[in-house]
Amino acid sequence: MSIDATDRRLIKATQSGLPLVPAPYAEIAGSLGLDESEVMQRLQAMQDSGVIRRIAVAPNHYALGMTANGMTVWDVDDPAALDLGAQIGALDFVSHCYLRPRVLPDWPYNLFAMVHGKTRDEVAAKRAEIRAILGDALRSDDILYSTRILKKTGLRLGKG
Amino acid sequence: MTALDDTDRRILNRLQEGFPISPRPFADVAAELGLEEDDLITRIARLKETRLITRFGPFYDAAAMGGAFCLCAMQVPEEDFDRVADLVNTHPEVAHNYERDHALNMWFVLATETEAGIGEVAKRIEAETGLTVLQFPKEHEFFIGFRVAA
Repeated sequence: MSIDATDRRLIKATQSGLPLVPAPYAEIAGSLGLDESEVMQRLQAMQDSGVIRRIAVAPNHYALGMTANGMTVWDVDDPAALDLGAQIGALDFVSHCYLRPRVLPDWPYNLFAMVHGKTRDEVAAKRAEIRAILGDALRSDDILYSTRILKKTGLRLGKG
Repeated sequence: MTALDDTDRRILNRLQEGFPISPRPFADVAAELGLEEDDLITRIARLKETRLITRFGPFYDAAAMGGAFCLCAMQVPEEDFDRVADLVNTHPEVAHNYERDHALNMWFVLATETEAGIGEVAKRIEAETGLTVLQFPKEHEFFIGFRVAA
């Protein structure tokens, strides 16, 4: 789906969040000079096409005690990687899961899965669950814990 | 850490599943949870103020919006780490940046309006820091089942 100029205005108006008022879509519509029904239709169309993944809350993992965050990385046989990645992404403790190109010789891993837990032991146990799923398709793996957040501004659509 | 009561937990768990596109969406969710509309709105506002919710609203796929983004990593000498972090973070295209315990110890996400922008910013960072920026663009993104049990 291609988004038009009105969609872009709508994205900019909502990318930092929805207004906390009883009729949030009407309020956004008012600020953009649109009808509430048009705002809802456009949001629905973007959600249907995947431009909007979902409208939801992002809980603060850290505040909820999920302070151990490991980027698990796996060197998985390419022919099996799509099927196995789908199984890993569906795990309820994996927050992001991607296939990425290897950068040889520095980096042999092609499957990335972010795993969250209250402790590193908990994350290590979850990592073992992933390892069991990958089975014989796994050649090597590693885990990189985040030790410091250096910047976190989120993704923003710019002025363009 | 702020104390959460059972109602807050139910709200957090419910709102991770999605939010209606309807004229009175808070009223719809409140009815499901057996709450009043204004109580739900007040609680969400408090959860945001106390930063138990980092964001509430549409989550856009940056690529679908026509932009590009790319995970990048650098191997930064320990003694130079903070200076390099400042150089990298100065770029508005750097959306997240994490220190990680690995030889590749700095991992950041570049978000740009165009595909070409990724390489341009990476080149600038390499010129400024004298370090190699490894790029890990996503080849495939898997559907995610992640939920934080509140």
